[in-house]
Amino acid sequence: MKVFVVGLNHKTADIDVREKLAFNGSKLEDGLIRFKELPEVQEAIILSTCNRVELYANVSDTIKAYESIKTFLSEFHSINKGSLDNALYIYDNVNAVRHLFRVASSLDSMVIGEPQILGQLKDAFEFALEKKTTGILLNKLMKKAISVAKKVRTETRIAENAVSISFAAVELARKIFTDLSKRVCMLLGAGEMAELAARHLLNNGVKEVMVSNRTYERACELAKEFRGKPIKFDEFIDEMVHTDIVICSTGAPKYILMKSQMQKVMKERKQRQVFIIDISVPRNIDPEINDLDNVYLYNIDDLQSVVDANMFERQKEAEKAEKIIEEEIETFLKWQSSLDSVPTIIALRDKAEEIKKEELDKLLNKISGIGEKDKEAIEYMATAIINKIIHPPTMALKEDTEDKDIMIAVIKKLYGINGEDAEKE
Amino acid sequence: MGVILFELALTFYFAATIVGILELFRGSKITSRIILLLAGTGFGIHTVNIIYRYVAAGHIPITNAHEATSFFSWCIILIFFILQFRYRVILLSSFIMPVVFVLMLSSSMLPREIKPLSPVLQSYWLGIHTVFAFLGNAAFALAFGIGSMYLVQEHYVKSKHLGGLFERLPSLQTLDEINYRLITIGFPLLTLAIITGALWAESAWGSYWNWDPREVWSLITWFIYAIILHARLTAGWRGRRAALLSIVGFLTILIAFFGIKLLQKGLHVFL
Repeated sequence: MKVFVVGLNHKTADIDVREKLAFNGSKLEDGLIRFKELPEVQEAIILSTCNRVELYANVSDTIKAYESIKTFLSEFHSINKGSLDNALYIYDNVNAVRHLFRVASSLDSMVIGEPQILGQLKDAFEFALEKKTTGILLNKLMKKAISVAKKVRTETRIAENAVSISFAAVELARKIFTDLSKRVCMLLGAGEMAELAARHLLNNGVKEVMVSNRTYERACELAKEFRGKPIKFDEFIDEMVHTDIVICSTGAPKYILMKSQMQKVMKERKQRQVFIIDISVPRNIDPEINDLDNVYLYNIDDLQSVVDANMFERQKEAEKAEKIIEEEIETFLKWQSSLDSVPTIIALRDKAEEIKKEELDKLLNKISGIGEKDKEAIEYMATAIINKIIHPPTMALKEDTEDKDIMIAVIKKLYGINGEDAEKE
Repeated sequence: MGVILFELALTFYFAATIVGILELFRGSKITSRIILLLAGTGFGIHTVNIIYRYVAAGHIPITNAHEATSFFSWCIILIFFILQFRYRVILLSSFIMPVVFVLMLSSSMLPREIKPLSPVLQSYWLGIHTVFAFLGNAAFALAFGIGSMYLVQEHYVKSKHLGGLFERLPSLQTLDEINYRLITIGFPLLTLAIITGALWAESAWGSYWNWDPREVWSLITWFIYAIILHARLTAGWRGRRAALLSIVGFLTILIAFFGIKLLQKGLHVFL
């Protein structure tokens, strides 16, 4: 009974290999059931995302299991077995547990701390539960992984701070303005990054996005997309009086907004705060504008350095997360070893001894006038009874079978022995 | 009894100040909660202390420097807690608790005995005038704290180094709004304090205005805050300038309060 994982991720395999091995759509159900049917595999879960494909299993013989899983992968996805060797990684026992905890906590992700992986893992687990391909070990392992990931999220700042330019822009807007839902944004020019930033602002509650472009038709098109208002390009400066956030990304070779113009705008706005994001290269907005009171100008490099600093911050937090994970591995291993039969046998015997002692004490207190010999005989009988009662379950526990873990769980339940007690022994 | 209560409140404020400074470096939900608890307990004990002195003296306990500084601290914390209902800016405590602690400490070093009230002060104006003045100044003290927070946050955003407190400080607009609100509360209170003071002066000494140093400084303070409000409403002096002015304004108040104390001249000697 060992946790075992075979997988590949963005670090070990290119996108074309990952694509071929992905279990998407209907392939997942089919794949999971066939994976579970492998003779070496007792429990099975498949985690398949765009960055990773991982097969988690409960196995007894890892070498045999690896061979058979590899064969299964190559047959199922009709891919050459040899080409898998470089892409696949395998972990067993404590390393497999650590790997899963790191994956769930998003330490193994392309962008450390990204939140999606936990949801994907939950889905994979739920799917496996639905298809009944898991058992006591993987169920406990997955539940633990999910709780570890939540612990990491609440106890470290790993998921805080934006790590993309467009999110950094949103984060800054939030620290300049009280309520984004009362703020108006203007998109000057077009471009993938600028549009993404505008979209993020809109998703985060910005009231309206206005669009201005050198070609008015393009402005109308984009405005329709954002359900905003198109603005003629030679009117954008006047419009800035009513705009709180400006995202600029035109192809202009020189500045399109000068300090003196901005001063006038600020006066008309009664100095209300303005956040200007200049994504264009070469820059479109006079950098000196940042010196004006209540104007906050960020260019692409400024935003990038915010992102870099946040990235660095996440890496520092990741170290804290690793520590949390090590502690949690410890508790999981304790639980797993409690599944082992020896502590359960001891706990079972202790339980019986305890009952015997209690009942004997009660009895001997009640009856008086019996000699030492009688006492011994009574004790002998009590011992004989408990021995006879616990003999069959003890033998069942000592037997070496495939479903020993289930046996242990059942006996614990039947005799009211909980895991904690067994661990102490 | 009064002494114990005062020292106890001082101790709680001291603890809140220490945790408040810690909060600046390693803040979390827990430290914020501890600050609220410490400051809240201190405030409760402080309130009992003030009531105790009120009962013992038979009039509002603001008639010597010890009581005045203590009551002023009490007003600051009162407004701090009122502010929390609307804005939840617990981090403000890190900026304002040190001020409160210093005020309370200086109060603790001033003579505490309750002296019989001089006939001039035996008037219902005593309560009205002083409560207006102290609440108004307390609002300005908090505007000073909020203004400092604004400057810190502004520095992060302007310089593009989003370290330290950036994450936990409220947005610039929020800080600016709180600052404005505090001044719009403080200014009418200060105005009322000056008017009631003049009325009281008239009934006590027969003249509304005597150019006593405290009167002069109050007038200077009044003008500073009048300028802050006027510049904001007409020229749009918000943000950094408003924050700077509210800091200057409060420093003026402190000079007026302690400076005059040291000179010990004029009609307000009893304070």
